[in-house]
Amino acid sequence: MATWAGGRGPGPGLRLGSGHPHPTIALAGNPNTGKSTLFNALTGLGQHTGNWSGKTVTLARGVVRHRGRPYAVVDLPGTYSLLPSSAEERVASDFLCLERPEATVVVVDSTCLERNLNLVLQVLEVTDRVVVAANLLDEARRKGLEPDPEALAEALGVPVVGTVATRGWGLARLMDTVEAVVTGSVRPHPRRVRYDPDVEALLDRLEPLLVKALPRGAAVRWLAVRVLCGDPTALSHLRDGELDEVVRLLAVADRSEPGVAGILTTAAGTLGGGLK
Amino acid sequence: MAHRTLGCLEPGEKARVAGLLTRGVARRRLLDLGLVPGTVVRALRRSPLGDPTAYEVRGTVLALRREDADQVLVETDP
Repeated sequence: MATWAGGRGPGPGLRLGSGHPHPTIALAGNPNTGKSTLFNALTGLGQHTGNWSGKTVTLARGVVRHRGRPYAVVDLPGTYSLLPSSAEERVASDFLCLERPEATVVVVDSTCLERNLNLVLQVLEVTDRVVVAANLLDEARRKGLEPDPEALAEALGVPVVGTVATRGWGLARLMDTVEAVVTGSVRPHPRRVRYDPDVEALLDRLEPLLVKALPRGAAVRWLAVRVLCGDPTALSHLRDGELDEVVRLLAVADRSEPGVAGILTTAAGTLGGGLK
Repeated sequence: MAHRTLGCLEPGEKARVAGLLTRGVARRRLLDLGLVPGTVVRALRRSPLGDPTAYEVRGTVLALRREDADQVLVETDP
């Protein structure tokens, strides 16, 4: 029998979004992008914000009303990656992969966009329904930078809205855009990462094995990428036979090392060529 | 092009990431922090005890221990 050490599955604590009466908006972003400030500005809650490790241990939730329509807002833990390397990052990645919010706002720091785009590209691999909030626009301008939301939107294939969350600037336009994505009047066509052919072939074989075990609507492709990167979250519901099959696939992948190493560089590597 | 590890850079020196010498979780973490091949990095300053060292990467500052910085292969102009 195949065994797989470590990790934990999508526990009952994460089955939150389903059955919520309002459309859910997830807020994702690197640490220190003003994500929790944006959450507070939208929901009017005094959720504590600050800069220390493990700050957002649980998911903060609130409700925002925009043009008479209520939305549930979930403030995900700050994360550099959806390939999790800590409990907080796992919560953020699992939520996006398994709960499938109606829209995801990725909050980015406009003073160092390039660094934030790693997470943006990963979110675009999980879901189409993304709006990027280019936050801290005032600080970027003070540093002499002129971020161009339209050019960024063009490059990413999803709407980008400039914001200054501390002053509430841009939030109405952000919510208009989120609403358009939720209702489907705007349909983003995200720029998608393609991996090396051997990695893509491996994903093609892995996905059908996972899809049977995962909740309906789960982000199967990204969960398969996580499996390839050694994250067993998606494997927790597999039966022994399926698990054996997956382990066999991974053993083969491990021998064809260049491709598997490639999966780790492609998402980040797209940044350099595409957005300069 | 001369190849060294990031840990060998002296404060003030600039280099370009050529590759990573580690695998698995450590490799992924370095990539997620922006140390992707082609990235320009600059050593800023060393802590008083010589470890860790602060590096400028993609517009932000990272502090890396020598043992991690030595997993990053960089190239500098001769």
